[in-house]
Amino acid sequence: MHVEVRGLNKKFGEFQAVTDVHFTIEKGQLIGLLGPSGGGKTSILRMLAGLEQPDSGDILFHGQRVNDLPPQERGIGFVFQNYALFKHMTVAENIAFGLQVKKWPKAKIKARVDELVELTGLAGFEKRYPHQLSGGQRQRVAFARALAPEPQLLLLDEPFAAIDAKIRHELRSWLREMIDRLGITSIFVTHDQDEAIEVADEIMIINKGRLEQKGTPWEIYKDPKTPFVASFIGESTVIENIASLRGFEDVSAWPGTRALIRPEYIEVGFKEDFTQLLSATEKGRVSHVHFRGSEWLVEVEVGENKLVTYRSLEKDVLREGDEVLVLVHRAYLFNDNDSWVMENKLKAGPIAFEI
Amino acid sequence: MRRLWIGLTYIVFGLLLIVPVVRIAAGAWEEGWRGFAAGLTGPEALHALMMTGIIAVVVTLINTLFGVMLAVYLVRAKWLRPQLKRLLNSIVDLPFAVSPIIGGLMIVLLLGPETTLGALLGRMGVDIVYALPGMLIATLFVTFPLVIREVMPVLQEIGTQQEEAAHMLGAYPWTTFWRVTWPSIRWSVVYGVVLTVSRCLGEFGAVLVVSGNILFKTQTATTLVYQDVENFNLTEANSVALVLAAASIGLLLFMEWAKSRNSAGRHG
Amino acid sequence: MTNMLRSRWWSWGFRSAVMLYFVLLIVFPILGIYGQSLSDGWNAFIRNLTEPIAWKAVMLTVKLALIATAVNVLIGTMAAWVLIRYRFPGRSFLNSLVDLPFALPTAVVGLMILLLLGPRSWVGQGAEQLGFTILFHEPAIVVAMVFVTFPFVIRAIQPLLEELDPSEEEASYTLGASKAKTFFRVILPSMVPGIVSGAMLVFSRSLAEFGAVVLVAGNIPAKTLVASVYIFGEIESDNPAGAAAVSVLLLTFSFVILWIVNYMQTRRTNG
Repeated sequence: MHVEVRGLNKKFGEFQAVTDVHFTIEKGQLIGLLGPSGGGKTSILRMLAGLEQPDSGDILFHGQRVNDLPPQERGIGFVFQNYALFKHMTVAENIAFGLQVKKWPKAKIKARVDELVELTGLAGFEKRYPHQLSGGQRQRVAFARALAPEPQLLLLDEPFAAIDAKIRHELRSWLREMIDRLGITSIFVTHDQDEAIEVADEIMIINKGRLEQKGTPWEIYKDPKTPFVASFIGESTVIENIASLRGFEDVSAWPGTRALIRPEYIEVGFKEDFTQLLSATEKGRVSHVHFRGSEWLVEVEVGENKLVTYRSLEKDVLREGDEVLVLVHRAYLFNDNDSWVMENKLKAGPIAFEI
Repeated sequence: MRRLWIGLTYIVFGLLLIVPVVRIAAGAWEEGWRGFAAGLTGPEALHALMMTGIIAVVVTLINTLFGVMLAVYLVRAKWLRPQLKRLLNSIVDLPFAVSPIIGGLMIVLLLGPETTLGALLGRMGVDIVYALPGMLIATLFVTFPLVIREVMPVLQEIGTQQEEAAHMLGAYPWTTFWRVTWPSIRWSVVYGVVLTVSRCLGEFGAVLVVSGNILFKTQTATTLVYQDVENFNLTEANSVALVLAAASIGLLLFMEWAKSRNSAGRHG
Repeated sequence: MTNMLRSRWWSWGFRSAVMLYFVLLIVFPILGIYGQSLSDGWNAFIRNLTEPIAWKAVMLTVKLALIATAVNVLIGTMAAWVLIRYRFPGRSFLNSLVDLPFALPTAVVGLMILLLLGPRSWVGQGAEQLGFTILFHEPAIVVAMVFVTFPFVIRAIQPLLEELDPSEEEASYTLGASKAKTFFRVILPSMVPGIVSGAMLVFSRSLAEFGAVVLVAGNIPAKTLVASVYIFGEIESDNPAGAAAVSVLLLTFSFVILWIVNYMQTRRTNG
């Protein structure tokens, strides 16, 4: 289903939960709504579902305005955070509910329920009650139940929040696979970055009720459009005085500009490691090292700045106090008016000149 | 030390609760089985018991229906502002604070034959006070909160998510209520009904004032007991009292049994 | 579309019917009695209230209700403690028995007290020997009030005792406190909200009690006439204004107590 949202606003009492949100979702896409708790993601989802009414703005499905349509008639499947399974019905009865409401013939209902039970790997559990199932199984029942009436849009509210970390990974890939196979347009809400990046085709970052950026995980990572997005995705160090770093002196032309530098764009090493770009490096001192299981976390002091980077286990182990060379490849710069990504000027080498 | 407290508790319970009930039974049997039967099957007693029965059935039906709906509205309704809900919520409890005599008085003052409303209805041939309608209203007033107070906490506890899930699956409010909400509140409605019936059986003060206690017309089982005691007709009083006590205790035991069954079979 | 319209009308109908029922049944009569008691003016209202018999009845009821409250606080606290903290044969039987006064009709209660404590019964005769009469005197009224309000304190304290964290007690013992000290400094304070709200409910109900009291009190004005019986008497003697005045006093009293109990309970659940 093609989904379009224009100018969405919602206030709860004095609290402005959603402010002026616009977006468009193509048919068949899997979109993640990502952001900190209380940021408005769930409100947006619930407004799409019809469980809340927006104060202003339009919601369009396939070009038709659906603001006035009750949740019963929107043709949407909704998976709740705590599953909201019907406690006094069996797995099969839960899945069949939406079909019984639509008054499907009994045989057709049974066929569809069996199909979904197979699809979600719940064979043998049809007669069980929710309290007899594990968290992961309950989630799959919630999923099957939402899919049974063949909805055009699937909404999931933090589907894995209440599940053990170990099972979460399995369920994530299972969900991704399932949705790909069915080709159903889906939107899910999460506050877990890794989940959004792993599962979604595109991510919408929502903070304090505003849509900060919509794009593929790579786009968002590479070209953050606002400081919030830059700091939210991945880990970064904030540098107040970026102009003090070699290769970024030009930044003093814009006073009050700060920088976010991702660990992936900081290179630390010795003279031998930097053959061509030696002139772009500057001296630093290792102040701290942590072993992180799959890599080392290294804190380097460069002048008055403290930078953080990761170091592969393949390379020589650094120790506190080591004198090293540091190269900052790129930084994300922002001030009150503007934000942009800047490459280290000296990377092009002192010999290169404009042709 | 422990034994002292347990023993004392047993004595208190025995003296306060068990002995009195046994005494009623003994009193009813003072003139043997025949005396008991006669006391019970005399025309006044039968009529009074019938009145009590009618009131119990009608009042329970009405207050269960309205009670469940009101409980749903007070917990779930989006069309009621939260401040209004809180106000109405505290009003629900008012009948508990009102002495039954005052309850009866209120109805007499509003609908008695000397009031405008009462006189109007009287001319239309409908008597309220000193007739069954007034007694029904008085009992409705007194038992009003019982079902509501049983159902509301359960509604709050189960939350709205299952109902929202049902909406998303296409179920309109009526279907949602029957297939999703009702199974969860079923037992609390039963408890409310049992409490209401029990209270109807036992209602005395309000009904006494409103009914005028007219023999063969507006006398209920409890007001009959009252009259019999005043007239020293103790066997009949005891017999009817015993029936009332037995019914009430029976209802109480039923509640206990139902509650223990439910908490034993309760899922996590 | 028509389906939606139909259901709109239905739900509108339901809502108005239910709300109307609520307002007419509860709000109207209460407003009505307040209105009626003041219909002859404020002075008449005060006059009705301060009639010697009326006033004495109210004072007597308050005094006896206070005594009943004290009694029920003591035995109720003990009973709640025993029922929750100890395991012994017959425990669940006694626990179910607690609700008996809620279930029994008040007229039946009155009759029971009459039979048990009357001048021809053992207890009654024993009391005569000791120099005081129970039935048709103040003691009988207190007994009636105590019986009828017996469950309130117990049921108010029990949940608090159940919620009590055993590790709090254990911490107290490890810090050297004796059982008695622990009881007074650790356990009793957490029971106090239940004792207080239970006591208020007992007091409120005892003020209002009619059925059990009217049969055993003797109802002698200024001696054993309680407020509720006074009101009844005024209704019977065609003095609704007098009845209404005292009723309004009792009502206001009860509402205030009810409001305080509610307030305390919401503070507990929110705090």
